[in-house]
Amino acid sequence: MIQVDNKTLGTWERIKDSDIYHSFIKSPTAIVSSTILLIIFFCSFFVELITPYNPFDPSSLSLMDAFTPPSWTEEGLAKFILGTDGQGRDMLSTILYGCRISLIVGFSAIIFSLILGVGLGLTAGFFGGKYEMIVMRLTDVQLTVPSILMALLVDGIARGLISREMHDEMAIYVLIFAIGISEWPQFARVSRAATLVEKNKDYVSASTIIGVSNIIIMFKHILPNILRPVLVIGTIGLALAILAESTLSFLGVGVPPTTPSLGTLIRLGNDFLFSGEWWITFFPAIFLVILAFSINLLGDWMRDTLNPKLKK
Amino acid sequence: MTFLKVNNLSVDYQMRKEIVRAAKNVNIEVNKGEILGLVGESGSGKSTVGNAIINLIDEPGKVSSGSVILGDLNIHENSESIVKYRGNKIGLIFQDPQTSLNPILTVGEQLIETIQTHLKLSKEEAKNKSINLLKEVGIKDAETRFDNYPHQFSGGMRQRVVISLALCCEPELLIADEPTTALDVSIQSQILELIKKLTKERNLAVILITHDMGVIAETADRVAVMKSGNLVEIGETKKILTKPQENYTKSLVSSVPPTDKKISRFVIVEKKNSDKIENNIKILNRWTKKKRIINQDLVEIKNLSKSFDDNFFTESSKNSVMAVNDVSFDIKEGESFGLVGESGSGKSTIAKMIVNLFKPTSGDIFFDNVCITKIKQRFELMKFRKQIQMIFQDPYSSLNGRLKVKDIIAEPITLHNPSISNIDLNNYIYDLLESVELTQNSADRYPHEFSGGQRQRISIARALATQPRLLVCDEPTSALDVSIQAQILNLLKDLQEQLNLTILFISHDLPVVRQMCDRIGVLKDGKLCEVSNTEDLFLKPDHEYTKELLRLMPKIESIYN
Repeated sequence: MIQVDNKTLGTWERIKDSDIYHSFIKSPTAIVSSTILLIIFFCSFFVELITPYNPFDPSSLSLMDAFTPPSWTEEGLAKFILGTDGQGRDMLSTILYGCRISLIVGFSAIIFSLILGVGLGLTAGFFGGKYEMIVMRLTDVQLTVPSILMALLVDGIARGLISREMHDEMAIYVLIFAIGISEWPQFARVSRAATLVEKNKDYVSASTIIGVSNIIIMFKHILPNILRPVLVIGTIGLALAILAESTLSFLGVGVPPTTPSLGTLIRLGNDFLFSGEWWITFFPAIFLVILAFSINLLGDWMRDTLNPKLKK
Repeated sequence: MTFLKVNNLSVDYQMRKEIVRAAKNVNIEVNKGEILGLVGESGSGKSTVGNAIINLIDEPGKVSSGSVILGDLNIHENSESIVKYRGNKIGLIFQDPQTSLNPILTVGEQLIETIQTHLKLSKEEAKNKSINLLKEVGIKDAETRFDNYPHQFSGGMRQRVVISLALCCEPELLIADEPTTALDVSIQSQILELIKKLTKERNLAVILITHDMGVIAETADRVAVMKSGNLVEIGETKKILTKPQENYTKSLVSSVPPTDKKISRFVIVEKKNSDKIENNIKILNRWTKKKRIINQDLVEIKNLSKSFDDNFFTESSKNSVMAVNDVSFDIKEGESFGLVGESGSGKSTIAKMIVNLFKPTSGDIFFDNVCITKIKQRFELMKFRKQIQMIFQDPYSSLNGRLKVKDIIAEPITLHNPSISNIDLNNYIYDLLESVELTQNSADRYPHEFSGGQRQRISIARALATQPRLLVCDEPTSALDVSIQAQILNLLKDLQEQLNLTILFISHDLPVVRQMCDRIGVLKDGKLCEVSNTEDLFLKPDHEYTKELLRLMPKIESIYN
């Protein structure tokens, strides 16, 4: 018998033993950006527990508080740390509520395009032939249309199809679809390329010889092996999706002002920029920058760690 | 006269968890006009020593102690002196001729560049020198080939160019790191002849790093055996190979498949209990009890052809390459049939058609008197999938790294027997692991925790899970070290005997095929040259190509003469 050492590692020990974990604790960028992200995620998803104000409850608002500057300025009030907007809503709470909408839209859009793109890319790479050609030409066509334009187009069509009353309700889904549909080609390309490499490996042949069906080979064997590069561009894509959401909301085709996202807040604040109330647009904007920047840094770190080609 | 002297050389790699000593206090001496073979298995540190001599150790490794004295100079004293020596006094030949030349420069440009870096010659002089060098290493029409790009040369020719590059600054020491491992046997012998000739003519000191004892036996004057960073034994080649002193050398020599006779089993020196697996291996209980008739054809291959279209848009046959061309043979139940051939001979393509990964362009394959190439229904095909299994060459890519070993082995079992209970499934997996001599706790691990040989055992366990009648082995040991190869070959022999398996054994390695097979078919360029019984083939080959192959194969026995 060939002896392998008797200790079988648990999941947590496996993680602690892995190269990714070690690369993580050695990279200050990764630690800082993921800490920031965790704080942002936590604060925005449990915002009701954290903030004393609900900016969307009209009864709690007082127009007397409107345009209060941040607390450290002369006219600032201690109870509104980052000041208030034109309707007397606390900026910090509004930003956190808005950030939640932005994150929900960003995540949903990226998951939507991930499923669409990986599904198409995986099947295209696996089956090949005419199907692959059609899918890949479709991605080429999709890539020639700028994503903002695509999203505007989808939004325009949706406005025509959905009745006016329904529109505000449906806006968030339209937005998710619009962003998702413009980001799938990169997932399709990456997963197709990875599938082409994986499907010629012997473990796939072995499964074919055993008699495993194509569907199971694709999802049980190939999919887990192509997820690494897909997750890396997924992370970077998340930052892009959040930015796209903000851009669209800033342009006024995103989520309605009744459920503002970061982009909506920046747009609303933009009106007061020249009358001196800079904080209404500045804080949501800087928040957005920090959010997108942290996601991008984390994505870069993931790419460097998970890509064997960049390893030295 | 001692030309190169390596004293107490140690190389350390600072890894995350520990410091790995890739070479420990190695002492070697090489004389002018002599070939020193540096032999060892993967991870033995033989390449590390070669690279350390020219100070080409990759990060995070470093030479931690010792000195390298060339002539009467310590070339490790400062890092600048070594740059002067590398490529100048010391020439290098690497394993893979595909990657050691720059594909976007012509051969001539690369030669001239190297020459002008080290020698003060005009472009014209450098060109003349290069052409003479190309002639010296046996390249015909050197004047015209001078302007060719590397891709216009075949593998063997490219390795000749690499040798000419190594020689172009009149080095006195040549380090060849597995110079023939990527080459076919016929080209291998030419390259080795060339290196031997150059050693004598130019009075070079040569270090030949290889894992192949046959190559050592035929070329090296002295041999140094390495194991996990230590120099085990050094001495005259003949003495080391015939009367090894150390246990490790003994086991290494006994693992090499002899070319001149068939032995029943390889002797594993390190393992005390090298007996066969006991007769009552448990998976036998699950095996179909049906008595199998020996000497009946199990597989019949009739006029099999396969062409690959390299043109994507048209399906014209003009551009197609015939990988397999009108091949017919049969495999009898219970026998081992060997297919040998060099790379590109179509042997793997035939294997893939038998296991139904490729459809043949024309011709039929009969299994148990049913034509399996014409089956359309999936459930019909499944019956045969179960009976034909395959073991692959590369133990690293043949297992899905994301699945635990038990899930890898469970896949074929549950697929062909969905009603199996969990307890029964686990027992079966343990029995299978035991039959390939792995412990039960291997089941909960991932493939990356295993070595190449152990992975190949897992592969075998997976192939046995469906209780196949035919096992197609596509170069199952060519990625493994020779001692591991001996173990795997022993295992395959035992399993075949116990389970009455029919084996199609595909290999480029004639000595291995001789040990494993009852009958052998020789393939060349997609055509079958001859099929005959193993002993007949080796003693009185019919076909010219077979004779050629046998003549050229490196023979460890040549040392006895």
